[in-house]
This record gives sequence, C-alpha cells and structure tokens, in this order.
Amino acid sequence: MLSVSNLSVTFKQYEQGLRRRQLTVITELDLDVKAGEVVAVVGASGSGKSLLAHAILGILPENATVGGTMLFQGQPLTPSRCQRLRGKAIALIPQSVGYLDPLMRVGQQVQRVAQLNGLSKPAARTAVKRTFDRYDLPPQAERCYPFQVSGGMARRVLVSTAVVSHAELIIADEPTPGLHPEVVVETLNHLRELAQEGRGVILITHDIEAALLVADRVAVFYAGTTAEIASTQDFAAGNLRHPYTQALWRSLPQNDFMPVPGNQPNPEALPVGCLFSDRCPWMTEACLPERPRLRTVRGGLVRCIHADR
Amino acid sequence: MLIGKELWFRYAAQMPWVVQDQTISVAPGEVVGLMAPSGFGKTTLAKLLAGYLIPTKGQVSVDGQPLPRRRYCPVQLVFQNPELSVNPRWRIDQILREGYPPQMHQLDALGIHEGWLTRYPHELSGGELQRIAIARTLNSQTRYLIADEMTAMLDANTQALIWRAVLDYTRSHQIGVLVVSHDWPLVRRLCDRILDLATMHHSTLVSQ
Ligand code: SF4
Repeated sequence: MLSVSNLSVTFKQYEQGLRRRQLTVITELDLDVKAGEVVAVVGASGSGKSLLAHAILGILPENATVGGTMLFQGQPLTPSRCQRLRGKAIALIPQSVGYLDPLMRVGQQVQRVAQLNGLSKPAARTAVKRTFDRYDLPPQAERCYPFQVSGGMARRVLVSTAVVSHAELIIADEPTPGLHPEVVVETLNHLRELAQEGRGVILITHDIEAALLVADRVAVFYAGTTAEIASTQDFAAGNLRHPYTQALWRSLPQNDFMPVPGNQPNPEALPVGCLFSDRCPWMTEACLPERPRLRTVRGGLVRCIHADR
Repeated sequence: MLIGKELWFRYAAQMPWVVQDQTISVAPGEVVGLMAPSGFGKTTLAKLLAGYLIPTKGQVSVDGQPLPRRRYCPVQLVFQNPELSVNPRWRIDQILREGYPPQMHQLDALGIHEGWLTRYPHELSGGELQRIAIARTLNSQTRYLIADEMTAMLDANTQALIWRAVLDYTRSHQIGVLVVSHDWPLVRRLCDRILDLATMHHSTLVSQ
C-alpha cells in the first residue's frame, strides 16, 4: 500500500547575516506498509518519526527539500496527489484534541470530515452517529467542545475522525503518552480494529511497549534513518539486529534500565559513516567510511554491517 | 520532611472537590511513587505540594515551615510538557542562568549538549527541552522534586539516562522525590515506596 524508499528531507535555514544552515533531518529512510497491518515507527524525539508523517501527508514546510521515493497504491506521492488524498485516502489521527477546532462542537467536526469525504449531510450525520456509537461515545458528547471531553473520550473522538474518512492508510501520531494504562490499551485496540478492516496503520510512538502490544512489525528510527525493521516477536525472543534497538529494549524499566550514553548526532554535522557510530559498542574502523546499507539479516531489515555477528 | 497534611482543593465554592483529604509525606532522599487512575487529582496534588496552587483546606510544609510565597520554592515540579515551563523568548543559557544555575557536570550527566545553549526553546526537540527543564531544578535550593509524568514523552533509552542522572543527584544531595506516573514498571524500578490514591493503601515496597 505504502512504500517509502531512500527518503531524505533537508531543511535550509537562514540565520542573521544570511548565513545558511543546512539541516539533514531524514537520511535514507525506508518503510513499507501493507493493507491490514499495523507498523509501529519507534524512536527518540528528533529521529524523524513525525517528519515522515508530514512527508506522507504532504505538509512539510516550504524550506524542506525531499529526495527518494514514496509510492502509495503503486503511484508516486507527488505534492498535488498528497493534497488530494490527505484527509481522504490518507488520514491522520493527531496527538491531541489541541488539533481540533476549539470553537466547534466535536460532533460537527467529525461530521465535517465525513462531508469532505463526499458524504451528503444526512449520510454524514448517520456516519457520525454510527461511529460515536461504535466507540461508546454518549450522544451528548457530540455537543461538547474539545476542552470539555476527558482524555479517554478525546482519544475516541480523534479515532472517529479517521474512521468516518474511509481512509485506506491511517497515521496515528503519538496517541498514548501520559494516558492511563486502560485508555492506552483501548486506543491501541482501536488501531488494531482499523487494520482488521483492511486498512494500513502507521503507529508513530516513542513507546516501545505500546508498539509491541499492537504492531505486526516495528521500524526503529535513529537520527532520521531506519536502523531496523523487526517483527514484534523479535523483541522478546532476543532476535534484535541493531545495537540501538537492543539498547532501547534493554533500557526499559522492566528489563535492565541500562541506557547507552550520548545523543543522536547533530543534523547540521552528520558523520559520513554509520549514524550510530559515536555511541555504538560494536563500532570498528569499517563503520566509518560510509553509511551502512539496509539489508536482510535473520528475516528482518537492518542498517548495520556487524548485525550478523 | 515534605508534608501535605489533610489537603482539600476545589477551584471555587460551588465546584466539586478535585482533591479530598489527602495526606502525603516524602522524607529527604526518599523516592516515593504516586499512582492513581485519571480523575483522582494527581496532577492537582502535585501542584499543591509545589505551591503552584494553594489548598482550599490543609497545609503543605517543608521541615515544619510553610512553603514560601515569593522566594524560590524548595519543592520543584517538572511536568510532562516542558514547553509550558520555559520562557519561549529566552535563549537556553538564559533559562538555565535564571535563579540558581546548575553545574556543568550535571548538564553533562543529563546529556545536554553545549550547542543547545545558544538556541531558543522552539529549536530543541521535546526530549532536549525536557532535560533543560530538569537541569534547572537540580540546584542547591531544591529540597524536593515532584516529577509529574516527567519522562512520559521520552523514548526508553532517554528515560533511563535521565532518571539515572536525576537519582544520582537527588541521592547524593538528600533530595526527596515524588514520582507521579501511570507507568507501573517505571515506578517499581525507581521508588522506595508507592502510594495508590485509589485505595490509599500505603503499600510498602519493594526494593530492587
Ligand atoms: S555499522 Fe558499526 S557503528 Fe553502526 S551500528 Fe553497526 S556496528 Fe555499530
């Protein structure tokens, strides 16, 4: 359904005195999503997760230069096609109700999305009723303003906006931080259901545990590149390939709580070689001259030359 | 000792109680976890203990003294979203120098890059800015730290890095910490003692 390969995104910034800064925020990023599956995109802030979503939705800022290819249903995602598909075939479930119009009742907002997708007004009303019913939102909730709904209800309203759109690809951007565990599970279950209806779902999150609860596959991003794409089972089975993925797993509080020190490299001055080399316990001379390619190791994809050791 | 004694809070006389008769204490150097379902007023309780809100009834004291209204508060609160706690128009080094500046090696331990210091808040990622917000509280005037979902926005590696640095500091300076979180494995990992507001079973716990 979606296939992203070798994506790069660079920002040009002008500072005082017209000094130009070039920030390479995504380099050689790969991801593919099939109909009916949930792919989690996991990484630290600044790893390129949200920018990938913006690239797919065609909402990167003006000063961004995009390279590589993005195909949706086999056809290139050009800026004009992105614009046509956004909110229709490709929909975003945003992070918070902060993205909704604060002055419009939530029922009306969901209905507007349905109408934008070509439903007549009465059909859109019915779709809203049906969707609110499906997500146990009481009829009064329709008449609430965004600030009046509780955290759990807000999540369900946001999911509703994606559901009434009939989108084939749904991108959920950080839907869980700070939510109570029951609401987290409920939100993830909704994503799973959307995949079962045959849609493709991208779950963008920094939370590995949430990702493992629902995803079929997990793409781990580091400094704007795909470090590894593993199946969900690979985590608990100890079949992880990239040292960064292993570090993420080990640093969970229920595992060793043992982090690797350091930070992602500065996007103004990326190393020529492996982007993880300055923190990597396995680093050798061979890691430094060029970026490792994404390759298959033990049934998963990894960007590390020593991954099969 | 940080003590919140028989705390009640509501926004106005006609409004429902948000916090009802909660008593909570944290000793110097102790790490206490606070868990509760949404709607139990955890965040409000955190704000009462740090002097952001004044309790409708009851009082908060540190070593027997009420919290100061004007001076630097010895109880510091760090939230989930750092954007709300820094001045967006100040450069990072200005933000850090305000009040009681932290020492260089603490910035290091938190993984704060020198290059961040000359930038503005919107030029840092959420995780980077959160480290600045934390660094600001680790100074000689802070006696208690309240961490309200402090690392809920961060990846597991950064979360572990930050908590290790924070607990190193608070242990060696006998600072008491209250960890407010939904994340049970994290609370178990960090805390000497865990309180559950839903039952107010003062479950005694659990060292690693
Ligand atoms: S390529 Fe080298 S530096 Fe990069 S992750 Fe693999 S071992 Fe580490």
